[in-house]
Amino acid sequence: MSEIAGTRPALRWAVHASVLFLVVLWVVPTLGLFISSFRTADQIATSGWWRAIFPSEQNLTLRSAAPDTQVQENGLYVIEGNLFDAGTKARISKWGISSREIDAFEPGQTAELRKGGTITVQANGDYRMENTQAFTGSRGSRVFVTAELPPEFTLDNYHKVLLAEDSTDSMAKAFFNTLTVTIPATIIPILVAAFAAYALAWMDFPGRALLIAAVVGLLVVPLQLALIPLLKFHLNIGIGKGYLGVWLAHTGFGMPLAIYLLRNYMAGLPRDLIENARVDGATEFQIFTKLILPLSFPALASFAIFQFLWTWNDLLVAKVFLIDASGETTVMTNSIVELLGTRGGNWEILATAAFVSIAVPLVVFFAMQKYLVRGLLAGSVK
Amino acid sequence: MHPAIQGLLTIAIGVSGCIGYFYLSNQVLDKILFPARGPNAGRNINRANMIRPWLFLFPALAALGLYLAYPVVETLRLSLTERVPGGGYEWVGLDNYAQMVAEPKFWEAMRNNMLWLIVVPALSTAFGLLVAQLTDRIRWGSIAKSLIFMPMAISFVGASVIWKLVYDTRPVEQDQIGMLNALYIFFGGTEPQTWLTIPLWNNFFLMIVLIWIQTGFAMVILSAALRGIPEETVEAAILDGASPFQIFFKIKVPQIKTTILVVWTTITIVVLKVFDIVFAMTNGQWETQVLANYMFDKLFRANDWGVGSAAAMVIMLLVTPILVWNVRNARKEME
Repeated sequence: MSEIAGTRPALRWAVHASVLFLVVLWVVPTLGLFISSFRTADQIATSGWWRAIFPSEQNLTLRSAAPDTQVQENGLYVIEGNLFDAGTKARISKWGISSREIDAFEPGQTAELRKGGTITVQANGDYRMENTQAFTGSRGSRVFVTAELPPEFTLDNYHKVLLAEDSTDSMAKAFFNTLTVTIPATIIPILVAAFAAYALAWMDFPGRALLIAAVVGLLVVPLQLALIPLLKFHLNIGIGKGYLGVWLAHTGFGMPLAIYLLRNYMAGLPRDLIENARVDGATEFQIFTKLILPLSFPALASFAIFQFLWTWNDLLVAKVFLIDASGETTVMTNSIVELLGTRGGNWEILATAAFVSIAVPLVVFFAMQKYLVRGLLAGSVK
Repeated sequence: MHPAIQGLLTIAIGVSGCIGYFYLSNQVLDKILFPARGPNAGRNINRANMIRPWLFLFPALAALGLYLAYPVVETLRLSLTERVPGGGYEWVGLDNYAQMVAEPKFWEAMRNNMLWLIVVPALSTAFGLLVAQLTDRIRWGSIAKSLIFMPMAISFVGASVIWKLVYDTRPVEQDQIGMLNALYIFFGGTEPQTWLTIPLWNNFFLMIVLIWIQTGFAMVILSAALRGIPEETVEAAILDGASPFQIFFKIKVPQIKTTILVVWTTITIVVLKVFDIVFAMTNGQWETQVLANYMFDKLFRANDWGVGSAAAMVIMLLVTPILVWNVRNARKEME
């Protein structure tokens, strides 16, 4: 189509526009979660994340300084200050001193306080309270304002999710548990599968074709079937639920794809190379470690990425083989599902936790996309 | 022991164990069992070469057999038995299947699974093909593809959170924070909808999540296939005055038919196993149950291994045609 599109500007623009539309459609949901993770709980609950990038009008309840800060000026008792925290650049459009009439006054006007005295509030939040008698009480007076606040982002959520020591919101433990599951479950199957793939690609023995067919068949066996039989097996041999069980399970479940990808790649290596090495007297073990393994790096990398993404993102296998009643070994996906269930409303924690869990695979994805694409192509195009 | 140390130790033991096994077993074979010297050197070399492939294959075959092949048989057996209180099993024939078939929840799961099986592979493949074709040779095509491919790296659980925010509902008097409701109100809707609780439609809202993830996969594969089409066929069509749409549908699509089929079946397998999305977003409530989640419910909530295994066997049965087709293709290719 593009050859012709080049000669028809209207069509070319239509192509650009529709690709742009699709990309936006695909990216915006993730962007929403990403932006939400930098907003406070209040902000998320009261306005859509797409408003976060623009100034927003909000109703706030603020408080003047306490009476013990008052000073005497020309016989008047005065409290002065700014309603906002230092550094906040907000503009007040309406204000009031009663929760029933929060928009009674314009900036610059003066209101009579119920307990005596007056208050004047300026648009930038500066206020001045005056009274002929001393202000009493331990707290300042409440001021209700309608103000336009600049966009505001915070790292508090990340702080809470990653660094909080005790709280139930903390993902730090789950993060390390996930890493603990993922790394061995990625490295070990590669090694085991590589040897098998070499045998299936370059050694001649009866039953080879049958074995390859079996691997292709096992490629699609749903792992749902394996849950109960293997859990029973793990309990019988005394592994129970734990890291060892989940490592073994991931190794087993990743094996067909690993063997399939690596065999296809190794079978494509030049025959001369291997036969020359054999003639020169290299043993099969030497050929494998010195020749095949280094040459197969792209395929090894492809599978490693697949297995990493799959084990990092997995929920089912971890739930069945790893997480016991104590919950000490919970992984990120499981913590997030629990947050979704018990505290579906806490979007700030949920969004941040989800983003922490998504961030690692995304980094791997963008850093090693080339190998991922190559692996996908080798794995499915026949 | 701290799990991280345990993890490192496992890597060390696993890796050195693997290398040690392969090295030592080869040494034993070549030096002790069948040394390549002495009067029988020639015969020994042949024998060693007959055994060696099995040394290389053994750990992988053990893993495959134990973790994938044995469970198929064992699940079949479990689906025909019932646990007896106090331990042990009792042969019950097809009772578990009969019990399952009598449950409305099972038929709900079957109906939904069929919907998923039709909609998700079709739309993922269609969108994938569309993006692959449109981005072909536009200058920022690779960036566009990379962004649409990105959801592949996101977990089903992460995707569920992302989309749950899109589907969020607030009371009518408040600002909507979910994009779908905000758009719905913007275009004239009066009441914000709780999208995930509208029966039948909510299935489609769940499917969108998987389509969003799988489109990138379809796009990558189909984009490579489109590039593999011989230029001459397209050029000839242009010379004959074919319109861009004719070129696409009559010249390009027929040439990548097998690849489309492969993409379609691969996504079908993913759909059959879909669990996390339903589990995280609705947990099968509001008539969104699917087989994999139904099975999980039976196994780990109702603790009914018999019916759970029967449900697993239904999934296996649905996968079997694709399994057979894949194996036959692989064998054809080997010849």
